[in-house]
Amino acid sequence: MRLIMHNMLTCNIKGVINKSPLRIEAEKVIKKEVDFNPDFLRHMLAKIEWKALVDGARSMGYTELPVHAPGIESDEPFLRKFHHALLELNLEEGSLVCQESGRKFPVNKGVPNMLLHEKEV
Amino acid sequence: MEDLIILYNLLLHTLLFHSAVAVAVAVSVASLFGEIYPPRSFRRLPKTLFLTLTLNLQWTVMSEMTSRTADILRVSSHREVYEPCDDSFALVDALLADQTNLINHDPKVCMEIGCGSGYVITSLILLLKEKLPNVHYIATDTNQIAARVTNETLQAHGVSAEVVCTDIASCLEKRLAGLVDVMVVNPPYVPTPEYEVGMEGIASAWAGGENGRSVIDRVLPVVDRLLSEKGWFYLVTLTSNYPSEICLGMRKRGYASRIVVQRSTEEENLIILKFWRDKDEEGVDKETSSESFVKQFSRSLSSFMEKQWR
Repeated sequence: MRLIMHNMLTCNIKGVINKSPLRIEAEKVIKKEVDFNPDFLRHMLAKIEWKALVDGARSMGYTELPVHAPGIESDEPFLRKFHHALLELNLEEGSLVCQESGRKFPVNKGVPNMLLHEKEV
Repeated sequence: MEDLIILYNLLLHTLLFHSAVAVAVAVSVASLFGEIYPPRSFRRLPKTLFLTLTLNLQWTVMSEMTSRTADILRVSSHREVYEPCDDSFALVDALLADQTNLINHDPKVCMEIGCGSGYVITSLILLLKEKLPNVHYIATDTNQIAARVTNETLQAHGVSAEVVCTDIASCLEKRLAGLVDVMVVNPPYVPTPEYEVGMEGIASAWAGGENGRSVIDRVLPVVDRLLSEKGWFYLVTLTSNYPSEICLGMRKRGYASRIVVQRSTEEENLIILKFWRDKDEEGVDKETSSESFVKQFSRSLSSFMEKQWR
């Protein structure tokens, strides 16, 4: 699971108001190189929850991201860091934790299991 | 310069070991070195014609070698995961048929709900990635093992997608709303008793409840929320699912539809539908339907019925 996906995930348990972001508990992180595409990154920038990305990256061991995303002028050094955090960090084993309910969603072999139990729906 | 091109061809074709081309190569080499005696007719052929021949053959071989869909031998499997079958192949054929349109459509986010073995999402990636290398792919399945098998299939083909184990798209609906440009779904469509729907294991891949519509009817509103303004949606159905009813329901949500592929096997009458939001006038790469879906259905249903009666 990469941070581009983590940024889109919410906890859908009945009654939970603060559905995202989910806190990451990382047990195994792998780095896989991906082609750098500035256009794609600029396109994604508007859709990403920045704080969730920064916190997620920190939990996976990457602390280079600036606390605030730059405005319109996103230069290459920034885009490179953004690229690395968003697309190259893979959570292989760990959990995603709902900040409100404390429910843990396991991540195994890179796949998060977001299935809810009957009572949670 | 010409001789260099012939040498280059020789090298390439030797590497490819293509027998039909080997003949062309041999003749090219002969014309280059002039030592082996080619038949008199070949000597008369202008060199440029030779070049054209060999380059054309080379091009054909190269394009055939680039696989456009997932390789069935590299698709991972598990006893609890639905293996690619006629329905999967029909869906991929529909995507293949629409390949040029899809590429011109320039999707940024593509998604499959119910990825199973990963055959369909892998094929979608393979047929888009050459012209569109920066698309974001997402695949979901309720079956944990299917999610893992999909990842294995993706890896075996050297491609990747974000795979999530979830019910339809429940953990993604909020943040992905209005962002998906291509949605592909091969749902559990087999008419079964209601209690069989959503059971653990492989049965959840086909059990569709009454008229096979239980899961389809839950998927449609989710798809409607996730699709972007220009979103396209491909759905596998049987005639037993009353696809004309599905299309009418989608029409009320503002979607036009057409049949992309229709296939009758011994057991199933498959209809692959395509939906798109129909507000604008037809554009160059937008959908054009020359006849209404009702006419299409009447025609196809009557031809099915004819086959049954024979």
